[in-house]
Amino acid sequence: MSQDSRQIVIAGAGHAGGSAAALLRQFGWTGGITLIGEEPIPPYQRPPLSKAWLKGEATAESLALRPAKFYPDASIELRLETKVTGIDRTARTVTLSDGGTLAYHILILATGARARKLPLDGADLDGVLELRSAADADRLKAALHPGAKLAVIGGGYIGLEAAASARALGAEATIIERESRVLARVACPILSGFFQDFHRARGVTIEVDASVTALEGSRGRIAGVRLGDGRLVPCDAVLVGVGAVANDELAREAGLTCHNGVAVDLSARTEDPAIFAIGDCTSRPLPLYDRTGRLESVPNALEQAKQAASAICGKPAPVPEVPWFWSDQYDLRLQIAGMPFDASQIVVRGDVAAAKFALFHLTADGTVQAVEAVNAAPEFMGGRRIVAKRKQLTRARIEDMSVSMQELAG
Amino acid sequence: MARITYIEHNGAGHVVDVPAGKSVMQGAVDNNIPGIDADCGGECACATCHVYVDAAWLDRIGLPAAGSQEASMLSFAAVTQPDSRLSCQIAVTDAMDGLIVRMPEGQH
Repeated sequence: MSQDSRQIVIAGAGHAGGSAAALLRQFGWTGGITLIGEEPIPPYQRPPLSKAWLKGEATAESLALRPAKFYPDASIELRLETKVTGIDRTARTVTLSDGGTLAYHILILATGARARKLPLDGADLDGVLELRSAADADRLKAALHPGAKLAVIGGGYIGLEAAASARALGAEATIIERESRVLARVACPILSGFFQDFHRARGVTIEVDASVTALEGSRGRIAGVRLGDGRLVPCDAVLVGVGAVANDELAREAGLTCHNGVAVDLSARTEDPAIFAIGDCTSRPLPLYDRTGRLESVPNALEQAKQAASAICGKPAPVPEVPWFWSDQYDLRLQIAGMPFDASQIVVRGDVAAAKFALFHLTADGTVQAVEAVNAAPEFMGGRRIVAKRKQLTRARIEDMSVSMQELAG
Repeated sequence: MARITYIEHNGAGHVVDVPAGKSVMQGAVDNNIPGIDADCGGECACATCHVYVDAAWLDRIGLPAAGSQEASMLSFAAVTQPDSRLSCQIAVTDAMDGLIVRMPEGQH
């Protein structure tokens, strides 16, 4: 290893950055790897933060992507509580928040995304929380005790998962959603309706078509959320879950093309051949859908980490994967395969009322673009295969439960 | 603690000690063993930690059969066999000392 003086610098030690470092070693990279992260702990899994971690069912050790000793063992230099503050593409160096400079042969941007802030009075009150990091999750966890009142602004996955966890801990939860339904940006009306009913039946209050005009408090601490219609939702803590913004400023300032994320190709390479970008911070090709987009998901972070590590180590490019997502709420497991960009019809397979069903999203010619599955693992797994093959199916066959998913996917 | 042998599809073997209570998947990930992707981190949501469990072991250790979620996920994993399991669903016990698992050609 000592003969190889080439250096890879990875800016960002989240799921993407941490996985890229590990994969580079798996794929035989013998040069240096420096993994730079802002947070005080080594890379960890974020998905459990809104679920098992909040409910006290996970430990710091179980969250860790790899044990702490992995990094020295694999000769990966982990620099925590440090941020890359600038890129000099000509000199191939990065500057660091601690004043240092590092030279790179290859730079991987894995800077992630940050929670969108609400430009509201009171947003700086104590008890106004977001949920991206383990530190955020600890603050939220401390606020969730029996009888506590949690207000959630934004009915997206983070908000719904946090509300479900709050209920499990005996806290009260009110979700405040600007649109006419929860999950408006990411799911179809049938799925939104299902989740709304399910949450309401478990004691969550959901306000839709509800704007927020101010966060109100006393003595510096949140006391309630003021709605556009004048009502006050009293609370002990408020979780703001209104989406995420790509951390692409570093790339922008370095002159790299960014459109809601750093533009990359299917090798996760930017227009600068020495710079890759992976994970939530990227705008990437979606070959199944003939377009580009920014995905916020662990599978995407891992896929792009694999693309970058393969390209860097001279391995064949991995086969493009069907984008997929999952969410756990109460005893519900939602798994989504694909994205319904051009879908014009929705076919229900299974029984929505029994909380065991899948929604197939078809284009006008019957091509399945996405499958949203609730407690329906075969539909999700088969759906992933069907979407990958751009297979066409008829409504009648999808609805017919006597036709197995094996047959549908075959 | 159990000593587990992971054999990649290309035949490369990795022998590591995995503490009891961790999953067979976690043992591979902790040691950066190629061939187990574990996209979902052990939630039985992705079927990318698929392994073949050495048949002699299935009986000897009394490994509980795959649950319905695991079985459903496995039925669509790549190249399944009767001895296919999702390694995130196998909790390591001291009795598994000497366990051998083999990896399929790919997880996707």
